[in-house]
Amino acid sequence: MNAADHVFRPRLNAARRAEGLVFWLFRSATYLILACGGAVFLNIVYKGAGTVFTTSAPFVNTTFLTEAPESLYVFEFEGKKYEMGDREFRAFKETHPAAAKVKTESYVYSAGGIWPCIVGTVLLVVGSMTIALFLGVCAAIYLTEYAKDGAFIRFVRLAILNLAGVPSIVFGLFGFGMFVIFFGWNVSLLAGWFTLAFMVLPVVITASEESLKSVPKGFREGSLALGATKWQTIRSNVLPYALPGILTSSILGIARVAGETAPIMFTAAYVVRDKLPWDVERAGDFFFQGVMALPYHIYVVSSKIPQNDYTERVQYGTAFVFLGIVALIATASILLRTRLRNRYKW
Amino acid sequence: MVTSRSAAMDSPASAPVPGQAASAAAPGRPLRTAVQPASAAPAVAAAPAGATLIDIRNLDFFYGESQALKDISLAIEDHKVTAFIGPSGCGKSTLLRCLNRMNDLIEGTRVARGTIKIHGVDIYQDDVDVIELRKRVGMVFQKSNPFPKSIYENITYGLRLQGVKDKARLDEIVEKALRGAALWDEVKDRLDASGLGLSGGQQQRLCIARAIAVEPEVILMDEPCSALDPVATAKIEELIQELRTRYTIVIVTHNMQQAARCSDRTAFFYLGKLIEYADTRDIFTNPGNPQTEAYVSGRFG
Repeated sequence: MNAADHVFRPRLNAARRAEGLVFWLFRSATYLILACGGAVFLNIVYKGAGTVFTTSAPFVNTTFLTEAPESLYVFEFEGKKYEMGDREFRAFKETHPAAAKVKTESYVYSAGGIWPCIVGTVLLVVGSMTIALFLGVCAAIYLTEYAKDGAFIRFVRLAILNLAGVPSIVFGLFGFGMFVIFFGWNVSLLAGWFTLAFMVLPVVITASEESLKSVPKGFREGSLALGATKWQTIRSNVLPYALPGILTSSILGIARVAGETAPIMFTAAYVVRDKLPWDVERAGDFFFQGVMALPYHIYVVSSKIPQNDYTERVQYGTAFVFLGIVALIATASILLRTRLRNRYKW
Repeated sequence: MVTSRSAAMDSPASAPVPGQAASAAAPGRPLRTAVQPASAAPAVAAAPAGATLIDIRNLDFFYGESQALKDISLAIEDHKVTAFIGPSGCGKSTLLRCLNRMNDLIEGTRVARGTIKIHGVDIYQDDVDVIELRKRVGMVFQKSNPFPKSIYENITYGLRLQGVKDKARLDEIVEKALRGAALWDEVKDRLDASGLGLSGGQQQRLCIARAIAVEPEVILMDEPCSALDPVATAKIEELIQELRTRYTIVIVTHNMQQAARCSDRTAFFYLGKLIEYADTRDIFTNPGNPQTEAYVSGRFG
C-alpha cells in the first residue's frame, strides 16, 4: 500500500474548502479593521506629535499643554521671520518700537495652547459620568432586582434602547431647550453634564443590568436566607461583584462623553474663554459657567476659521492630546476594574 | 427551649425517637401515616403532641399554572432530623423552600391553599416579617455558595446585618460557628483567606457554619451533599448528627442511604404528593405504601 494513501488522509471536500474560505474571511476582516484603525491613529500621531513634542528638552511643548489659545502673528522684521503669539508679540513691540509698524499676518487660535480645553473636557467627563453612573446604576438595580417583569418594564427597556439610537445632536437640542432655556442654567457645566449624562445613560443602564444579572443567584439566595433585606443583599453581596462590569461599560461611556461635540455645542462649550473654571467669584458660579472643550475646539479650528498650515498644527495637536486623555482615563478605569476583580473572584 | 435542647442532647443519636413525653405516651408504636395518592380524604400526618415545630396543613403550591405541591400535610418535629426523599420533580425541594419562603423570590409562585405554621404562626400570613423568619429558619443550598469574601466575613455576614460590631464577640461567634460546623481546625490559621479557596466539602461546611452563626432554630438543607465526594459527604452527615442536638433539621436528599443514615423521620414524595411520612426505620424496613416500597428498594426513581 502507498504510504501516503491511508485511511486518515485529508480529502478535499466541500466542508474542508468552506473551512479554509471562512478562516480567511474572518482573518482578513479582522486585519482590515486593524488597518483602518491603525491608519486613523497613526495619521493623528504622525501629524500631532510635531505639535505636542519638541526636539529639545523638555521634549514636550509645554506652551501647547498649559496655555490658552492665542492668535498667531507671522511677520518679517529686520530681515528675520518671526512667529509669535499675541502676548509675546505685544511684549516684542514694547522692546522694539519699530515693530509696531511692521506688516503682519495673523492666524486666530494658532498660537498658545489648549489648557482650558483639557480642563473643560476632564470636568465634563467627570461630572457627566458621575451623574450617568449614579442614575444608570440605580435604574439598573431597579429593573433587574426589584421590578416585576411585565408590560410596563418591557416598555421601559424598549424606551432605553430607543434612547441609545437618538442622534447626539438631538440630545444637544434637548439639553438646550430643557436645561439652558427652561431651567435657565444658560450655557453651563451643569447643562452639559446632564445632557451628556442622558446621552450615555442607555449604555450605562444596559451594561449595568447585564453585569448585575451575571452575579450568581446563589449569592443573593445565600444572603437572603441569612435574614438580609433586599437592599442589604444588593449592597454587600451583588453590587460589589457587578462593579467591574459596570466600570467596563463606563469606559465606553467615557470615550463617548469625552468625544461628543454636538451635545455640548449648545449647552456647555465656549469657543474661547479667558478664565479657567476655578476663577469664579462665588463657589456656586462654578456650575453655571461654560467651558472650552477639546472636541469642540477641534471643530472650531477645523471648520470655523480660515484653514492653513498653522491651524492644521493645532487641529492635529488637539486630536492627539484628546486621544491621550481618553486613553489615560480609560487606563485608570481599567486599573480600578482589575483591582476590584482581583478582590472579588468567583 | 433550653431544657428541651439539653434533653435532646442527652438522648443517644441513634434512637429515632428521643425520650420525650410524647413518645413515652405511645411506647413502641411507630408513628406513621400512609396517604394514598388517590385517597379523597387527606389524612393529616400524626405528630407527638407538643413536639411539632413546623405544622404543614393541606398545602397547595403553584408555579404559575402548574401545581407543584398537592395537599401536603406534614408535621416536622422539634430537634429531629426530617428527610424529604423522592424522585426529581416530586416537590421535595419546593416544600423545603416554602419553609423559609425562599420561593417568594421566584415570580409567579403562590400558596393557593393550606397553611405552614411555625410555633403556631402561619408564616404566609400578611403580618409575617420574612427577614425575621429567615433568621430563625436558616438554609444550606444544594450548590455551596460561600460569598467571594474571606472565611471570617462569610461567617460574620449575618451578624453584621443584625448590627453586631463588637470585634471580640464576632471572633467568638466565628470560632463557635466554625467549631459547630467541624471546620475550625482546618481553617483557623487562614480566616482571612477567601471562602472560595476551600474544597467543595469545606465550602459546604462553611455555608453550614454561616447558617448556624445567626443561631437559627431550624436548618433547611437542600441536597447539601449532591456535589460532594463520599468522604466529604460522610463528614457532613457526621456533622448533621451533631447539629441535631441543637437544631431542628430538614434535609432534602436524592440519596436514600443518606436519609436512612442520618434522619429520624422520613417523608416520601411523588409527583407533588406526600405518599408516606413515618419514622425513618419504618420507611426503609417496613414501608406502609407499595410506592414507597418500590422507591426505597430501587425499583423506580
